[in-house]
Amino acid sequence: MEMKVAKKKLGLKERYRVMTRDLGWEPSYHTKEALYPYVGYEGIKIHDWEKWEDPFRLTMDAYWKYQAEKERKFYAIVDAHAQNNGHLNLTDARYLSALKIFLQAISPGEYAAHKGFARAGREFPGVGTQVACQMQAIDEIRHAQTQIHALSNYNKYYDGFHAFSDQRDRIWYTSVPRSFFDDAMSAGPFEFMVAIGFSFEYVLTNLLFVPFMSGAAYNGDMATVTFGFSAQSDEARHMTLGLECIKFLLEQDPANVPIVQAWFDKWFWRGFRVLGLVSTMMDYMLPKRVMSWREAWNMYGIENGTALFNDLARYGIRPPKGWDDAEKAIDHMSHQFMLGLYQWSFGTSFHSWIPSDDEMAWLSKKYPTTFDKYYRPRWDHIKKLAAAGTPYKNYGLPKLCQTCQLPTVFTEPEDPTLICHREVEYKGERYHFCSDGCQHIFENEPEKYIQAWLPMPQIHQDPIRGDLGAWMDWVNLKDGQDNGDYVGSNDQRNFDAWRGLATSNE
Amino acid sequence: MAVAALKEYVGVSRDRVENYHGKQLVYVAWDYHMLFAAPFMFCVEPQMKLGDLVRGPLSALMQPDPDAASIDWSKVEWLKLGKPWTPDFERSIEENGIGHKEQLRFRTPGLNTLRDAA
Amino acid sequence: MSTVFIALQTNEDTRPIIEAIAHDNPQAVVHRQPAMVKIDAPNRLVIRRESIEERLGREYDLQELQINLITLSGHVDEDEDAFTLTWNS
Ligand SMILES: [Fe+2]
Ligand SMILES: [Fe+2]
Repeated sequence: MEMKVAKKKLGLKERYRVMTRDLGWEPSYHTKEALYPYVGYEGIKIHDWEKWEDPFRLTMDAYWKYQAEKERKFYAIVDAHAQNNGHLNLTDARYLSALKIFLQAISPGEYAAHKGFARAGREFPGVGTQVACQMQAIDEIRHAQTQIHALSNYNKYYDGFHAFSDQRDRIWYTSVPRSFFDDAMSAGPFEFMVAIGFSFEYVLTNLLFVPFMSGAAYNGDMATVTFGFSAQSDEARHMTLGLECIKFLLEQDPANVPIVQAWFDKWFWRGFRVLGLVSTMMDYMLPKRVMSWREAWNMYGIENGTALFNDLARYGIRPPKGWDDAEKAIDHMSHQFMLGLYQWSFGTSFHSWIPSDDEMAWLSKKYPTTFDKYYRPRWDHIKKLAAAGTPYKNYGLPKLCQTCQLPTVFTEPEDPTLICHREVEYKGERYHFCSDGCQHIFENEPEKYIQAWLPMPQIHQDPIRGDLGAWMDWVNLKDGQDNGDYVGSNDQRNFDAWRGLATSNE
Repeated sequence: MAVAALKEYVGVSRDRVENYHGKQLVYVAWDYHMLFAAPFMFCVEPQMKLGDLVRGPLSALMQPDPDAASIDWSKVEWLKLGKPWTPDFERSIEENGIGHKEQLRFRTPGLNTLRDAA
Repeated sequence: MSTVFIALQTNEDTRPIIEAIAHDNPQAVVHRQPAMVKIDAPNRLVIRRESIEERLGREYDLQELQINLITLSGHVDEDEDAFTLTWNS
């Protein structure tokens, strides 16, 4: 009989100690303050960095092993997808609009998160924190790369994928995630951790990757499912670390509590505005839908958010300031935003469309108190305009919010038929906002937000000076190809023709 | 409140009126007319007659709404800084006291077809 | 009471893991969604190495969970033998 050999391996806790704490050292010819100059100015007080621990106790050796395994799984599926014309397994090429938005707006955010964590890993003094931030920096660049790589397969066949980085920098609907990350990266390291760990990882990524990727599976897009779930497996670790970091801040000093609360208030609202984009992807762009934006919000926003806030109540943390306004907006935001995307589709590097009768029936079932009352009449009117041969385009460029940078499409919390107007004068200049939440964020740090590069007002400055054609060239958008209605687009024609070839012997 | 920073932190607005080569921005919104997803932004000369803006580019953008043809501009209720306000169409933007990035709103009581449709 | 949850990809690797979780956590509810399985439990969920090993028929390192993990909710505590999710409420 074979003898069971006693394990010589270190236990998990022991290994974690050796591979993190034991890698640190005390500086001898520089002061700690000189080594870590950015760790004090936000007002956060840390007394004992040793108290910070990664609950997964993940060490670099194990990290490489499991990440390599994730990559192998990812490329096995992406290769199969490319070899088997996976793009023709989609339910419908309209679905590609969601992927285009993802590539232009979200994947660059992964890269921004990578840069932010590389910086945070240098700026935090604790070794456990440094190691965790370095792993996260590598995770995030992996996410950016795998997403771009997976979606490059679609770029071979469809419009709108070719210039995602220009569009990240220059087009208008991407400015909401872009400004989110710019805001976080230009904050101090602790605020950055709360912004990303709490708002982006905990609130946003669940809503973005989980129901949306499950939706991708439902719509036959295995390449996206794979990068989505592969990324989200890292995000699960990140949100746990983010939560751990927040607990650590709250436990280190009672003076940290109001600072963290103010960041919760700010970053919850900033994250919520990024979700405006996600809500339209879920309610309008998946030809087959797994769940509505409202249902996803109930599960990952309300249930999961409330669990977190109840848990943190023992430190004196309350739900974020905009929580109630968010709830009032849930049944409206995807419709308000999608109507905007449709009427400004001449300026989007993806297609939109008027929802079909079936889709409208689904929307009124999922939004029984709002869709028929407020949004169906508008879509019906838009349908009439299209039938009359005068399809609706709104060439009026929109007013943007100085904070979230979205067009101010959202309504008064108490009146869904009236646009929310908010305005502040600061140093003799007017600034406009989409909501109380965005106004409060501005008022807390006006010097930061007055610098916002707002894509719409910029169109009227140098070098574009109001020339829409010049603007299209500049954002790398081909008029008549990348933009406009899905009906009659190259994407529609090509998908239908290729799918016909794939399913017949003609 | 100030931005937390290691040294003095001063921001510069990117949308100052000097950047518009003699023009300025004006925002106009038609209350309760949500077919238009957001207020319209115009970049105009301050010397432009307000009536020319209203009857020209603003009216053109409003056409897709079923109420557009029935508007009587003399009965429209205007708001400036959220308060009732009486414009003078024959005078310029500047003479009407409309500053850079000013938000004008107007209402057409009794004429809210799409809002009242459901 | 708050819900803790863990979501795993639907595949051959996770089948025995999901079985083990359901067995060890009688209050847990298993939801099957396209390409994923989400397991909810009131306040606490434990994943035991031994239960997974029994079903897999080989040694299992709980850190292997990382590969097929999609998301989770709750405070995590992990050692060689168990991976635990809890909310304090
Ligand atoms: Fe990521
Ligand atoms: Fe905003």
